[in-house]
Amino acid sequence: MAANPFRQGDNVLKDQACIVGIGETDYCRKPGSGLSETGIQLKAAVAALDDAGLQGSQIDAILAFPNLNKSEAFAASLGCDNLRFAATIHMGGASPVASLRMAAMAVAAGAADYVLVPAGWNGFSGARVRETSATDVDSIPGGRISRDYYTPFGLTAPPQWYALMARRHMHEYGTTHEQLGAVALAMRKHAQLNPAALMHGKPLSMADYLASPMITDPYRLYDCCLETDGACAFIVTSVERARDLGKQPVYIMGAAAGQPYPADEIVNRRDFHKIGLTIAAPEAFRMAGIEPGDVDFANIYDCFTYEVIQQLEEAGFCQRGEGGAFVEDGGIELGGRLPVNTHGGLLSHAHSLGLGHIAEAVRQLRGECGERQVKDAEIGVVTGWGDFGDGSIAILRR
Amino acid sequence: MSDYTKPLPEMEGLTGEFYDFCKQGELRFQQCADCGEFRHVPREVCAHCNSFDWQWAASSGRGRVYTWTVVERALHPDFMDATPLAPVVVELEEGVRLLTNLVNVAPQDLVMDMPVEVEFRAVTDTVTLPLFRAV
Repeated sequence: MAANPFRQGDNVLKDQACIVGIGETDYCRKPGSGLSETGIQLKAAVAALDDAGLQGSQIDAILAFPNLNKSEAFAASLGCDNLRFAATIHMGGASPVASLRMAAMAVAAGAADYVLVPAGWNGFSGARVRETSATDVDSIPGGRISRDYYTPFGLTAPPQWYALMARRHMHEYGTTHEQLGAVALAMRKHAQLNPAALMHGKPLSMADYLASPMITDPYRLYDCCLETDGACAFIVTSVERARDLGKQPVYIMGAAAGQPYPADEIVNRRDFHKIGLTIAAPEAFRMAGIEPGDVDFANIYDCFTYEVIQQLEEAGFCQRGEGGAFVEDGGIELGGRLPVNTHGGLLSHAHSLGLGHIAEAVRQLRGECGERQVKDAEIGVVTGWGDFGDGSIAILRR
Repeated sequence: MSDYTKPLPEMEGLTGEFYDFCKQGELRFQQCADCGEFRHVPREVCAHCNSFDWQWAASSGRGRVYTWTVVERALHPDFMDATPLAPVVVELEEGVRLLTNLVNVAPQDLVMDMPVEVEFRAVTDTVTLPLFRAV
């Protein structure tokens, strides 16, 4: 049997593609963006085109977030009259990083020259995620499984699903409320260095954190990400084409995605802590040819505080059970062992569906982060988390 | 019973069969006829051996608390008046886990590995939910 050239772990994608443009809208809560969910993503896409120095007609692939449905209206609005490839990855908040990997695949395979990946929503002024189990069963993870086996018992929304995991981790490994709080505080501290963060100018102390109302034990208010309106986009092309563009290219060293098992049901997992990232991270690191210890910063999808601890463990930055200690004492703050989410993350910057984590990584690797710049940053990791624990990871370098 | 206002499962397909057994006072899970593996939630094929042959096998109804959350602020309109409320994962003796609620334990008194047994509650004329009580 002939060897499969795309065998897992081979480095066929390593350094084959670059991020050459990023664009972000402002983020807001009240009164809302005033734009449609397509319109707000178009605004980010145009900003990304400007950043890259490209025209809409040069975009020949679009990897749309699930809320855009088809990419056709998007392409029509941007003047993409040479579209060759369009797809959507259904992994919730893990989709943008998984789409980054698919963009690299498309470029490496010759299926596209310039791939546009947008994501955005009216997460505050539009339909709220917290309520979708009551209004739109098809849009929630698990679909009918959630409707028939979780919702009747009052398990209806993301913080509640993930609290089940956090509680079990606290029991098995002694993870504490203060360690969850350390994640919230680190994100808030970074937001003080980012004028674009919604929590800029609003510092948070451990006393504030512990006094905040319980939402779903062990998650308090400040364990939960912001709900915001806003959008972000990036553009991927080949290394050769990137050389002709204006901005310093950011290379995709490794990328992978994975699903928990089962992915559509969160209760019956033989290994309760295994998530998509558990599968994806070793593949991405093998592809990149580096170890977690070689990474200068990590942008971890921080929908809730424990998910940061869990992903740090499952990505291999520490052993399972050691994540609580890893985030304590400034461990994930600027100047700590691994700065995480220097923009403030979903918890204190804005909920950009995780695409803002990619944009911040690009800014860090370009050296554009001002007073929150990680000194001499060469390699950064970005993760995505979605649905019942879908995972994605990209390893980027300057 | 008709004034019950919380969300209900749709009584269709295998899910309808699962809840119909509950209505009869029986907790049953699918068990593979070939490899003997129990499974929940209902699926058409055994993920362990890919056999399509299975039966609804009786559960002992006994298990232990595996994890839980205490919902203090409901995020679904039908639970606004029901907090604090604890969705609890119970691991049954057969190895499968079920998301449920406990009938006789206040949320703040929940303990990991607490032994529990099933107690059925007819919430409407058609739907009976499998709840659990600490023993």
